[in-house]
Parts: sequence; C-alpha cells; structure tokens
Amino acid sequence: MLSHLPILQVVVPLLAAPACLLLDRSRLVWIFTVLACGLSLLISMLLLYQVSQHGTLSYDLGGWDAPWGIEYRIDLLSAYVMLVVSGIATLVIVAAGTGLEREIPLEKQTVFYVTYLLCLAGLLGIVATGDIFNVFVFLEISSLATYALIAYGRDRRALWAAYQYLIVGTIGATFILIGIGFLYSLTGTLNMQDLAARIPDSAGSRTASTAFVFIVVGVCLKLALFPLHLWLPNAYAYAPSLVTAFLAATATKVAVYLLIRLHFSVFGEQFASSSLPLHGILLTLGLAGVFVASLVAIFQPDIKRLFAYSSIAQIGYMIIGIGFGTAIGLQATLLHLFNHALMKGALFLALAAVVYRLGSADISAFRGLGRRMPWTMAAIVIGGLSLIGMPLTVGFVSKWYLILAAIEAGMWPVALLVVTGSILAVVYVWRLVEAAYFQPPENELPEGLDGPDRREAPLTLLVPTWLLVLVNIYLGIDTRLTVGTSGAVASALLGGGQ
Amino acid sequence: MNLSVIGLMQAVLVIPLLAAAGVALTGMRPNLREGVSLVAGALLVAAVGLLYQAVMAGDRSGWTLLELLPGLTISFRLEPLGMLFCLIASFLWVVTILYAIGYMRGHGEANQTRFYALFAVAIASVGGIALADNLLTLFIFYEVLTLSTYPLVTHAGTDKARRGGRTYLGLLLGTSIVFFLPAIIATWALAGTLTFTEGGIFGDDTPPVLLSLLLVLFVFGIGKAAVMPFHRWLPAAMVAPTPVSALLHAVAVVKAGVFALAKVGVFIFGLDTLGSLAVTEWLLYLVAFGVLAASLVAMRQNNLKARLAYSTISQLGYISLGVLLATSAGLLGSALHIAMHAFGKITLFFCAGAILVASHKTEISDMRGLGRAMPLTMAAFFIASLSIIGLPPTGGSWSKWYLILGTLEAGQWLLMGVLMVSSLLNIAYLLPIPLKAFFPANGTAGYGSGEDSGIREAPLASLLAIMITTLMCLLLFFFPQPLYELARSIG
Amino acid sequence: MLPELYNYWVVILLMMTGFYIVIVQGNLIKKLIGLNLFQTSVFIFYISLGKVSGGSAPIFAEGVSSYSNPLPHVLILTAIVVGIATTALALALVIRIRNAYGTVEEEELQQRDLEC
Repeated sequence: MLSHLPILQVVVPLLAAPACLLLDRSRLVWIFTVLACGLSLLISMLLLYQVSQHGTLSYDLGGWDAPWGIEYRIDLLSAYVMLVVSGIATLVIVAAGTGLEREIPLEKQTVFYVTYLLCLAGLLGIVATGDIFNVFVFLEISSLATYALIAYGRDRRALWAAYQYLIVGTIGATFILIGIGFLYSLTGTLNMQDLAARIPDSAGSRTASTAFVFIVVGVCLKLALFPLHLWLPNAYAYAPSLVTAFLAATATKVAVYLLIRLHFSVFGEQFASSSLPLHGILLTLGLAGVFVASLVAIFQPDIKRLFAYSSIAQIGYMIIGIGFGTAIGLQATLLHLFNHALMKGALFLALAAVVYRLGSADISAFRGLGRRMPWTMAAIVIGGLSLIGMPLTVGFVSKWYLILAAIEAGMWPVALLVVTGSILAVVYVWRLVEAAYFQPPENELPEGLDGPDRREAPLTLLVPTWLLVLVNIYLGIDTRLTVGTSGAVASALLGGGQ
Repeated sequence: MNLSVIGLMQAVLVIPLLAAAGVALTGMRPNLREGVSLVAGALLVAAVGLLYQAVMAGDRSGWTLLELLPGLTISFRLEPLGMLFCLIASFLWVVTILYAIGYMRGHGEANQTRFYALFAVAIASVGGIALADNLLTLFIFYEVLTLSTYPLVTHAGTDKARRGGRTYLGLLLGTSIVFFLPAIIATWALAGTLTFTEGGIFGDDTPPVLLSLLLVLFVFGIGKAAVMPFHRWLPAAMVAPTPVSALLHAVAVVKAGVFALAKVGVFIFGLDTLGSLAVTEWLLYLVAFGVLAASLVAMRQNNLKARLAYSTISQLGYISLGVLLATSAGLLGSALHIAMHAFGKITLFFCAGAILVASHKTEISDMRGLGRAMPLTMAAFFIASLSIIGLPPTGGSWSKWYLILGTLEAGQWLLMGVLMVSSLLNIAYLLPIPLKAFFPANGTAGYGSGEDSGIREAPLASLLAIMITTLMCLLLFFFPQPLYELARSIG
Repeated sequence: MLPELYNYWVVILLMMTGFYIVIVQGNLIKKLIGLNLFQTSVFIFYISLGKVSGGSAPIFAEGVSSYSNPLPHVLILTAIVVGIATTALALALVIRIRNAYGTVEEEELQQRDLEC
C-alpha cells in the first residue's frame, strides 16, 4: 500500500470527484470532500516522510518501466509543494462548510465540490508526475476545473473573467504542448529525467531553444508573470472568495513549481542561461511586476482585487529569485513559494469571512471592521505584516534571502528595489488598517443582512484562517525546517543541472 | 554567578508578562488586580537592582533565545546603557501603577483591566529593548512596544482618540518599516553582523557615503526619538489617559527611541566613526533646530499636556544631540539626561493628571490660583520644572552640565548657544505655570480663596507617586553617583 | 525548403490564423473558433512529427520493416480530448454570458459592465 502512495496522491481526489455525484445531499458531499482532501493531506505527509527518509521516490505507472511508461517521481521539492497544496485545499474545504452558503446556491454545491476535487487532482498530478506530457494533461485538468470554479462567482463578471482566463490559459497550455512536441522530436523521449540526460547533447540546437522558449512563455502565462498577468485580477476578484483563497495559495505556486522543475531539472541551469539572456529578462520582468502590480494594488477599491495584484507582485519576487541564477536566489524563490501560499491563503480566507458577513470585499465594507470582527481583522493584519516582510513572520524569511541573494550577486540596486517594493506593500496594507481601525462603520446595513449578522465570522471560517496565521508566525520564528529544506532542494536542483 | 545573572535577565522579561496574565485573570477584582501589578513591579525593581550590581561588577553575560536564521538571533546581553534604561523604566513602572490606581479610579475610566495588562506588556517590551544584544532583537521589541501601547493611546475610544492613535501608529510603524528595517538590512549587508559591539561593527573600508546614508536612515527610522519632522505622533498620543502619557510618552516609548539611537551611535557606528562622518554635523543642526522649534511651539500651547509633549520633543533633542556630538561628555550627558528628564517629566505629567482629576482643568489659562487648592501638586510641578530646565538643586542640572561640556569638547559653540537659549525658553514656558498658580495676578479670583471651590488635592495614591518622583528629582542632585558611574562605564 | 517541409508551413499558417482570430475578433464564439484552429495546428504538428518517410502504419506485419511513430498520434488523441473539453466548457460559459448580459460581443460586454 505504502509503495503506491505517489499514485494514490493523485487518484484519491480524482476518483473522489465523480464519487461525489453519488451522494445527493450537499452536506454529505461536503463531509466526503473534507475526508478526501484530508486523506490526500495525509498521503502527502507520508510521502514527505518517505522522501526525507529514503530519498527520491520513483513509481512506474502500470508497471511499465520508466523511459517508456509514465513515471511518477517524488523528490523533496515535489513532496513539499504537494504538502502545501493538499494542506491549503483541506483548510479551504473545511471553511467551505459554512463559508460557501452565501456565495453558491445549495443546488450547485455538489457540482462545486466535484470541480474542486478535480482541480486538486490536477494540481497534485502536475507536481507528482515525472512525465512531461502528463504534466500537460494534468495542467489542463486543473485549468478546466479552475475556469469552472471561477465561473461560480455571484457577479456576472465572473463569467467574463472565466472566459478570458480560459482563452489565455488555453493559449498558454498549447504553447507548452508545442514546446513538448519540439522536445520529443529532438530527443524522442517524454520522461523528464531522460530529457535532462539527452538535452545537453543537443545544446545549441535551435529546436531545443525554441522548445524552451515556448515552454517558458506558456508557463509564465499560467503563473501570471508581468506582463502576462492580465487574466488574474478579474479571475481572483470575481471568483467565490474561497475559490480565490484556494487558487491564490496553490495554482500559481504550482505554476512556479513547474517553471522551476522545467528550468532546472529538465533543461538545466547551464542550458537555460546559455541559450538566451533569460536571467536578465526574468529579473527585469520580476522587478517590473513587483512595482507595477504593487502600485496598481494601492489604488484598488476592491480588496480581493487589491490582494490579487499583490499576488502578481509577490510572483515577481519569486521570479527575481530565479533570475539571479544562484543557489541562494533559487532558495529565496522556494521559500517565497511556500511562504506566499501561507500568507495569501490566510489573507483570502479572512477575506472570505468578511464577504460571508458583509457580502462585499469593498474597502467601504471594512470601515470599523476592527471592532466588529476583531479576530478576522487581526488575521488580515498579521497576514499583511507577513506580506510586507516584518521579522517574526514568514514574509521576512523569504525577503531576507532574496536580499542576501541580490547582495551575493553584487546587485545592490536590485536589493534596494526589493526593499522599496516592500514599502509599497506597507501602503496598501495600511489602507486596510486605516479603514478597519480608524474609520467609523457605515450606518446603513448592506442589503439582505440584518444587524446580528454583522458579528465575528463563524468558527469554521476562523479556525482554518488562524491555523494558517499561526503557521505564518511559527515558521517565521522557527525557520530551520523551511530554510533547511529549501537550501537542500536549491543545491540539488542546481547541482543536477550541471 | 553567570547563570543567576541570566536568570535575572530572563526575570526582567518574564515578570511583566506574568503580571499581564495575572492582571487579565484577576480583572474582576480590582484590588487584587492592582495588587498583582504592584507586586510584579516590586519584584521587577528587585531583579533590576540585583542586575545593577552585576553590571557594576563588570558582568556582561548574555544569552541567545533563538536563532531566527543563520546569524540572525534574538539575544540579550547585560550592558550599562541598557541597565540605566531598565532601572528607570522598572522603578517608574511601580510609581506609575501607584499613581494610576488613584487616577483611573478617580477619573472613572473604563476597561481598566485591559489598561493594566497592556501596560505590563509594554514594560516587558521595554525590558527587551533595554537588554537587546543586536539590532534585530531591538527592532522586534520596538515594534511590540508600538503595538502594545496603541490600544492605550486610543483608550478613550472617542473619535479624537482614534485620530490620535492613527497618527501614532502610522508614524511609528511607518518610519520603522520604511527607514529602520531597511537600515538594519543594509547594516547586515555591509557589516555581516547586527550584534552591538563596542567601537562599532563597520570595517574601516566601508565607504563614508554609505555610512552617512545609513545614519540618516537610522535617525529618521527610529521615530520614537521624535526627531523633527517625525515628531507629530507625540502630541497626538496625548489623548491617552495621563498615566500612559506619563510613563510611556515621557519615559518608556520616547526613551526607547533615544536609547535605540544611542545604541546605534555607540555600538553600531562607534563614536569615532560617528564623529568622522560629515552628515553627523548636518544632523546635529537639524536636531538643534528641532530643540528650539519645539520649545517655541511649546510656549504657544495652552493645553497643559500638549505643552509638556512639545517640551518632551525638545528635551529628546538634547539627548539625540548628545549622542551625535560623539564625545564622551556628550554621551555621558545624554545617558544622564535619559534618567533626569524621565524623573522630571513624569512628575510634570503626574501633576497634570492630578489637576485634571481634582479640578477637571486641562488649559493652562484656567489654572491661575490653583496653588492654594493644590499646594503639594503645584510645588512638585515647580521642582520638576527646575529639573527640566536644569537648575540646582535638581538632577537635571547634572545632565545639562555634561551636555554643554560635550558641545565644548566637540568645539560646537553654536550648539552650546542653542542649548542655552533653549534652557531660557524652558524657563519661559514651564515656570509661569506654578508661579501663576501660587500668585495669581490681581483681579482674578484664586481657587480655594474665600468660599470653598470644592477643589482638593488628587487622591492619596496619586499624590504619593508625585511625592516620590519629586523627591527623586531632588535626590539625584545630591546623590548622582550611582547613575553617573553607570553612565561612565558605557562604551 | 518549402516543398519538403510543407507540412510545417501549413502548421504555421493555421496557427497564425487562429491566433490572429483570437486576438482580433470581438465575438466570443468566433474567438473560440480561432482558438480551435490554433489548437488544431498543433495537432497537425504532432501528427506530422510521427510520420516516417516510407513507413507504414504502425501495425506489426510480415515484410514491413519501417513503421511510422505511433506515440505522437496517441499523445495527440489525448490533446484532442482536452481540446474538446475546453471548447465545451467555453461554449457553456458563452451561453451563460449570453444569458447574463444578452450579448456575446466583447465591446458590448465591457460597455454593460461600465454602465452598472
């Protein structure tokens, strides 16, 4: 049983999804989904334990040997990403028990859970598989589920946002498909390890470079790297709040994982940096993303949209880390990948609580919220501090490594710009604090809500939020685990590429 | 010995936290609650007293609480400057609790449990600042202090209180994140360490331009030192209940600012490096301008607490100035002034609060003739004013003496002039208050003269606190040695 | 060069046509048609990759030594399924957009969002 864990990780949510349809009461479906997510969380914990004890796991699908059959390959990096993804998925789905009722009508909830599980299966599949075509398939499974999830939003603009994302996402995925085609025509293999072994033979070939460019552009569309980010703000702003929490914490992170995996494990740092001036491009785009997105975020009246732009900025930081091309830079990216999932998960869950109580995430809804929903607001403040990068939160750890990487690479201006970018985060977080703590609450109640409803959020929403907040703080103080792992992973990735 | 010293240091951090928990638990029974605070205060003073002896015996032990990232630790160390700060804060905490018992009950304030609990947390963070062994530890406790005192500032819960709190939080958090934290990161990048080290941590080859930039970042980033133009939070914080203004905004918070500045000056830059930077000179002039400007603004304030707040800004300027002079006398004067100003200013605030509780007056123009009704309070006000001005027989004369010596040592004649002029201004805005209270001009009826106006001295507990701090002002003139010796051993 | 590699030129032509339609067309349905063209070009690209000159269909038989590579074909079957799913989902979205807005023209959609 234990040896089948890599495939179970994907199969459990994948099979749980249609199974949901057999249960017709939405409460039952919810319990079933929580169990399925919990099970995949358990599996990812076991996998992480196995990987840390015995090293990389390889699982041949259907008993076919590796280069021919599909291989699932779990190393430390993928085990960690899977842990983050399934952990966040579980917390969000627990919160969905009550959080969903205001945003999705009861009769549609069963289908929602089905889509959610499919999305989870797709994301886990991308991380688990060692076969590059399999990556494409899982990417499309998760993407299709994502488009549907976004379209559940109450606002009709959610449909429009989902459509736009579908167009852009499909183009991105097709780009990746083209890249895979080139790679296959060049090397005759689809197994990532096999590819990594064969690509250096054809270094300098134009086919390899073209494949690389198509794949990188396609993945960057999925991870919303500036200036390919235009689909993200609308998608995050109009999707149901819990969907936003799930997507913001997992989907873009998995895309970043994919970029790292393909860049470092498949092509190798040497190939990537010699075939085109990738480092310069990534650094520039990352920095531009940080600044443009942070500046735009400052002026957003809708808080979900504000944090969506902030996500684009934070992805910018991750890309900067890759752009240094050094072990410590990559380590900063990995740290930020984990940490940003934690903070954005907490922030969007808290926003979901606000939307649950007030029916809106507009800045005007936040007026006086500091006293009406003290715990929710406290979670937002701590999440915001983490976003800024205050010491004792996880945000500090990743920013710190990013700055160390910049200094090590001798790029003083970059270090300075990273710090300046954080100051922009101060501004938009302060706007929230200002509204919640220093402005009197609006007198009139939003439509359809009566007085007693404007209390603190229910515990089912608060507990998952605060769990994430506490992890934010705990990992900000006890950094041995994350720093140690990311360091090991970074040097392994860079060592493997040479 | 070593172990027990570390144990005492841990006690300094833990006692107030335990007190906070105790206060929260005994919130239902006010007498027990205040008892917990007082006992904790007494224990803290005892622990600090023992630590004082250890410091004087040359003990410099420290310990690391945890390692955040490789090379980045949260650690603490015993050191004279921090000891001085600790000594003042812990002693005045007890006195302030005593005062607060009278004030809060006399004034009928709400949420007293929250008040005492957060007060204790603030004291714990002051302990952390005082004992910090590196910039990161200092920074963390600095922020905790801001956050824990914010609810105290907005205690009244009115719109005015919230506006004040907004300025308070905005300026203090803003400067610390925008200037202080980047300065710390840059320090790490340049020097590779954040640990406070005698003589500074920067190598000789560090470009002076970068160091100058860093110094500017530090001076403005430590917003609690209220260097102009980042001083606005201090008058804004005066909406807080008087015990808060007294301890936190005359002693703990602002002193945390100048203390951090002194730590940075002495142990990060080192006095030699500090004196050699061209930018220091400019910062000196900026600070000197602040000293004068704040004094002038203070003269125009009719609200007593506002006048005292601007006076605090001016006096903080003295301390920053002493550090930036980068001479041993200047530093000595600064360290002494941290103490002397603390005792003087807390007395003045206590008096202001006593007047408020007893007569519900906040405006200076209404206080004519109040001396007959509240003779003890007004006498205390007079003596404390002398100490702020720097006249014998009060402790303030020593610190001002060394500060002026410092300007002479550095050859800064102009600055000496500034200090002199500012002292004259101090006289002009402080002394008229008690004088007019005792000798109202003809034609205005004095309170308590003739028919009974109903105004009495403040509650006994508050009065006792006022007496203690006033006595300290006087005693420190005659027996400054303990503080002097401590200040001498800095750096 | 052109004659031997004509299959790739067809791919490029189809791809650019599809891409152009996706970008330029304001009608949501037409956008989808463009997207489909774009995807189809990649399908053809894969299929022509697997062709081996002179090779027979990949069915094991006596006397045949050269086979076309079946793997790209198998891969692209999967991709076609994915493409159909995408199109179906997109069409479903368009229907709901039409119900909610009363139009499937991009410009009118934006205008109606601005109005409210």
